[in-house]
Amino acid sequence: MFEYAPAPESRSVVDIKPAYGLFIDGTFVDPTDGGSFKSINPATEEVLAEVAEGGAGDVDRAVRAARAAYEKVWGPMPGRDRAKYLFRIARIIQERSRELAVLESLDNGKPIKESRDVDIPLVAAHFFYYAGWADKLPYAGFGPDPKPLGVAAQVIPWNFPLLMLAWKIAPALAAGNTVVLKPAETTPLTALLFAEICQQADLPAGVVNIVTGAGETGRALVEHPGVDKVAFTGSTEVGRAIARAVAGTRKKLTLELGGKAANIVFDDAPVDQAVEGIVNGIFFNQGHVCCAGSRLLIQESVADRVLESLKRRMAQLRVGDPLDKNTDIGAINSAAQLARIRELSEAGSAEGAERWSPPCELPERGFWFAPTIFTGVTQAHRIAREEIFGPVLSVLTFRTPAEAVEKANNTPYGLSAGIWTDKGSRILWMADRLRAGVVWANTFNKFDPTSPFGGYKESGYGREGGRHGLEAYLNV
Amino acid sequence: MTATATSARSDLSELGRSETALRTFLHGLPGVDQVGAEQRAAQLGTRSIKTTAKAQAIDLAIRMVDLTTLEGADTPGKVRALATKALRPDPADPSCPHVGAVCVYPAMVPYVAEVLRGSQVHLASVATAFPSGQAPLEVKLADTRAAVEAGADEIDMVINRGAFLAGRYSEVYDEIVATKEACGDAHLKVILETGELATYDNVRRASWLAMLAGADFIKTSTGKVPVAATPPVTLVMLEAVRDFRAATGRQVGVKPAGGIRTTKDAIKYLVMVNETVGPDWLDPDWFRFGASSLLNDLLMQRTKLKTGVYSGPDYFTLD
Repeated sequence: MFEYAPAPESRSVVDIKPAYGLFIDGTFVDPTDGGSFKSINPATEEVLAEVAEGGAGDVDRAVRAARAAYEKVWGPMPGRDRAKYLFRIARIIQERSRELAVLESLDNGKPIKESRDVDIPLVAAHFFYYAGWADKLPYAGFGPDPKPLGVAAQVIPWNFPLLMLAWKIAPALAAGNTVVLKPAETTPLTALLFAEICQQADLPAGVVNIVTGAGETGRALVEHPGVDKVAFTGSTEVGRAIARAVAGTRKKLTLELGGKAANIVFDDAPVDQAVEGIVNGIFFNQGHVCCAGSRLLIQESVADRVLESLKRRMAQLRVGDPLDKNTDIGAINSAAQLARIRELSEAGSAEGAERWSPPCELPERGFWFAPTIFTGVTQAHRIAREEIFGPVLSVLTFRTPAEAVEKANNTPYGLSAGIWTDKGSRILWMADRLRAGVVWANTFNKFDPTSPFGGYKESGYGREGGRHGLEAYLNV
Repeated sequence: MTATATSARSDLSELGRSETALRTFLHGLPGVDQVGAEQRAAQLGTRSIKTTAKAQAIDLAIRMVDLTTLEGADTPGKVRALATKALRPDPADPSCPHVGAVCVYPAMVPYVAEVLRGSQVHLASVATAFPSGQAPLEVKLADTRAAVEAGADEIDMVINRGAFLAGRYSEVYDEIVATKEACGDAHLKVILETGELATYDNVRRASWLAMLAGADFIKTSTGKVPVAATPPVTLVMLEAVRDFRAATGRQVGVKPAGGIRTTKDAIKYLVMVNETVGPDWLDPDWFRFGASSLLNDLLMQRTKLKTGVYSGPDYFTLD
């Protein structure tokens, strides 16, 4: 046997303060009418830091600071000068990438190999990409002189804390807006480190404001009358509430919500790579991915063979310490999320689907869930319809391409889909018919700042990334 | 994992009898997606192997080395020195294991045999008009028999790439069968020369073709063309031996050769073996490195792990 010795990334590269204030108008301040909450390491349940909880008054301060910065500094600033700041931020992110990666893994529970190789490089890439647009907005296809909207209120989830921040802040700033961003309450720390990076980059005060807190803070922010634009990534339930709150106002809104993506494997698929794609589709980031390939549709004629390979591959997944460089699956982000995953998994068993997990030892402390697949799932099962947001895969079968399309589209969501086949014409035929914002062919969960991302139906509206992502932050 | 597919075991021995059956079978194998295979290989390369795991991997890698010299300038003196090193790679440290085999041209086999006699180090010889394979079958078989008679217990043959690329699979198959017969008791390693096969689909087909024809090992390269062993090629071959055992029950070894020069690279291959085919293949009987300069880097890293300091290259023998 070849046992890998522990290979932990050192956490000494990151200096976590015992307590953090709100980042408003370029400085860290104490909340005036809020309390504080604790951010914990989900792998150990250890408290990492005490974080300020912003109240309505704090949100108001932040929005006013953003408004002032928009009117006096950032709005009038030529695009080429805004670009300089964004390029500077991108470079600092690269320079401090190790620190950011370790902090992200500590606060979120995701394996260091993912924060190091996926999250942080994509964060830097996003800032580099939109920095390039800042002085080229007249050529983006939105008219000769597109104007920014003003102050953007941005609320982001806990699954890719810093990456979602980058998706929100980079295009907003490039287009000339200023922002007030609320990170998720379980993962505020990298956003606060990003605030320090803004200081380090000499970004003018008030251009970026970070107000930490939970649902109430988010509500105060999106409902604030001084906000011109609301951008939200998170659950469909909260997205609906925000849409209701914003309805009838002049605020522009983009929503990136849940998903229940179909990953469709045809009988002529490259099996070994398809299995990698299935694993990457559902077990990447513990399945805490809105575009996760959580419904596997296999052509019935190859179902046994693909499942056998999948199970063999799943037995190789290494679950454990997120900071170990060889960990494939880290901790579930919170006790609440773990409870939801458990509840839906139990519903899967109760409804008659067959549950399987590879033998794997889970740590005693912290929030953990073994990678799991359910076979014998039908469209009528809850686990085929509801977003689990965890390392749980529902396996269904189909007979013909038309049936695959029908099943894939038979969901209230429409964020992403995957197609595995050796036939190019079938990829195009399927992609035409799948009602999903992103369709991956012979790959899954690939992201790039140049590529627009967003959903159909209950997965939300608006696009982030690429030239299209600018539209949400321009008055067009 | 041995038992996973026992129920699905099928008799594939009849396939070689007909060109059509062979072609239908080989072209019916699932395709390989190039991007996906390369990504997976790269991903496996990011495993971090430290401390005790590294020490274990280094010793295993040393035992898996086929210490090779295949030069026109090889002489009895040169190959004797190499064989001596194979027995005791690190004269300063008796706990250092011996390598898996010495690999030379047929003419050099007798000199190596003298040195290795009585040891557990195998003696491999290339044969069948290595490296091009462009000679009449009779010449190739004579080449093989000569090497075995001179004392080789492993034969590294090359496949007829011209015939393979022209789609004459039966011809390639028959040559391997004939060479296997000429080997007698010697183990047959079949070199696919993957650098000339160009696509991963071809690598998978050639792997199956060689295994169906009786190969004991499949080997990537001769080391004589610009592209030698690469991680994704080796990955595809490992998947082939895994699937072949599941289908037939027979285990076949894999040997990447050429271009593997550092301990870091060797460890990446061992990780790939571990996570693709499992511990059954983590043994010199089932996985080898065709290499020459790799050994000294392994020895250097081994000494570094034991003593905590790096020694210069002059502290390791050059043979």
